[in-house]
Amino acid sequence: MAEVTLSGISKSYGDQVALDDVTMTIPDGAFVVLLGPTGAGKTTTLRMVSGLDRPDTGTVTIGGRDVASYTPAQRDVAMVFQQYSLYPHFTVRQNLEFPLKSPILQTPQAEIERKVNAVAEVLQISHKLDNKATALSGGEMQRVSIGRALVRDPSLYLMDEPLSSLDAKLRSDLRIELKSIQADSGATMLYVTHDQTEAMTMATHVGVLDEGKLVQFGSPREIYENPVSIYAASRLGQPRINVLPSDVFGGAPNKATHIGLRPEQIFQGEGEDSFVRRVEHLGDQTRLHLSFKSHDLITVTDAHTTLKEGEIIQIRPENPFYFDASGARVS
Amino acid sequence: MSFSVTEPAKGTKWIAGFLVISYACITLVPLLWIIATGFKSPADSIAYPPVVLFEPSVEGYVNLFTERTRATPEMLEAAGPADTWYDEIVRERGTIISGPSRYGERFLNSVIIGFGSTLLCMILGTMAAYAFSRFKVPLKDDLLFFILSTRMMPPIAVAIPIFLMFRNLGLNDTHLGMILLYTAVNLSLSVWLLKGFIDEIPIEYEEAALIDGYTRFQAFYKVVLPQAATGIASTAIFCLIFAWNEYAFAVLLTSGTAQTAPPFIPTIIGVSGKDWPAVAAGATIFLVPVMVFTILLRKHLLRGITFGAVRK
Repeated sequence: MAEVTLSGISKSYGDQVALDDVTMTIPDGAFVVLLGPTGAGKTTTLRMVSGLDRPDTGTVTIGGRDVASYTPAQRDVAMVFQQYSLYPHFTVRQNLEFPLKSPILQTPQAEIERKVNAVAEVLQISHKLDNKATALSGGEMQRVSIGRALVRDPSLYLMDEPLSSLDAKLRSDLRIELKSIQADSGATMLYVTHDQTEAMTMATHVGVLDEGKLVQFGSPREIYENPVSIYAASRLGQPRINVLPSDVFGGAPNKATHIGLRPEQIFQGEGEDSFVRRVEHLGDQTRLHLSFKSHDLITVTDAHTTLKEGEIIQIRPENPFYFDASGARVS
Repeated sequence: MSFSVTEPAKGTKWIAGFLVISYACITLVPLLWIIATGFKSPADSIAYPPVVLFEPSVEGYVNLFTERTRATPEMLEAAGPADTWYDEIVRERGTIISGPSRYGERFLNSVIIGFGSTLLCMILGTMAAYAFSRFKVPLKDDLLFFILSTRMMPPIAVAIPIFLMFRNLGLNDTHLGMILLYTAVNLSLSVWLLKGFIDEIPIEYEEAALIDGYTRFQAFYKVVLPQAATGIASTAIFCLIFAWNEYAFAVLLTSGTAQTAPPFIPTIIGVSGKDWPAVAAGATIFLVPVMVFTILLRKHLLRGITFGAVRK
């Protein structure tokens, strides 16, 4: 229930530049996923918004107000920490109650019980409520940590890789739950992940960070179909985009030095010969590892293909991306 | 033959056990001797060669708590039969009880001053240690060194200035004065010890509490303090032991109202000959509070309550 803006945010820890002039506007009710490798500044961005750290320069506004002088509590944000940070001297229930009992919220006891039970239900930890927080598995701790954010009704959720320790089934269940909780409450969400499935399925907006710089911000589809650089293009897509020297196919624009090919940009059945090195049947799709003029390519083909290792297949690019020497998109 | 990295070999265990038990015996002998002496008769207590097996008597304890005067047989006759068991013991020695001794008062002074200064030291020490551990304090390292440097000479070296200062401030022979003095001496130890313990508590817990709607101070006492319990308990034990056993300042700065037990116990010797059983009885009782305090806090001395809920 709040629009969040970051303008010109920079932050260094000693010599280490964590964020470099980051500007973005997170619309009210948006689900923003920040993507980038370790050290790109994703967690630092969350810390700037939460108020746990202050930017060296730049301003953060939440709901139109400059929050520079606000404490984390006053900013009305809930955060899921990557390290879980459960209170070790409390039980699971006490951990979940803690934010509701804060002097700011002072929730009545009946309300606390209702909310805690509801959240525990969603996260499938009802049977662990009276366990000590330290007597849980990693996945359970992570769910309690999500629960501690979900019991509240903040204007902004901040989540730092909240699903990283969960098994595949639970992860896909919770992906849907988180998305629907966020959509129902109308709260704004800022979400950090490595997992592109999470980014593609949940995000309304994706921010791509590279060494503290925001290189692209837009809808997941925009970033997938219209990346600004090799770096942004390789954040999304499974299998990853193939990057080859631009002259292997010909027809490249002037300044281009590299051609980027997503699997669907490789047309199979006509064009030049390539050698099938390996065939991976994944069930719903089949991955082909090709060798083309001594370059390796990975693409996707029909699930029921009869292609075998050692055969020859023709391929040609279809609407590929071209990049210049610095990695920026040319066309 | 199996070999384990975590389990020590049997021989090693035996040697370790033997060393620990021998060390315990060596340290316990003087303690046991004092406790035994408290139950000896005056004659047994100075017997040579020393008596190990003796007929126990509580005379030392009776003498410790009473003031007695020597009485002639006529006076004993006049006083009539003994009313109580301790009266009887005293009369067998040809004395009568003239009143209670000051040991009770002195012991109470020790309790007030020892626990008072420990409490104050813990409150100030925990907060200072927290600040040093978490905040950017200007000149932090220098300040910590200054604090530690107060321990680099024996505290008694500054006894004269302190004596003069106390006289001007009217703190001589007062409980408050002694509490402040012991707190000042112990504070450096407690700040350093507690800072180590607080440094080990991951800052993520407080950050979570700040996000959860608590202020810094609320996060401190709701989240940090419970986890620092181990450190606070062990530091409190060290502070109490120092304040409890301190002798030199107590001799110099207290004489009447605020005199603690350590300077009082030796004065028992002079009252009616060398009454070693009474001295030993005083020392034995004097040991009890620190022992009880340590046993009560023992469970907090076990490490491990804070492990596990933060992913490293």
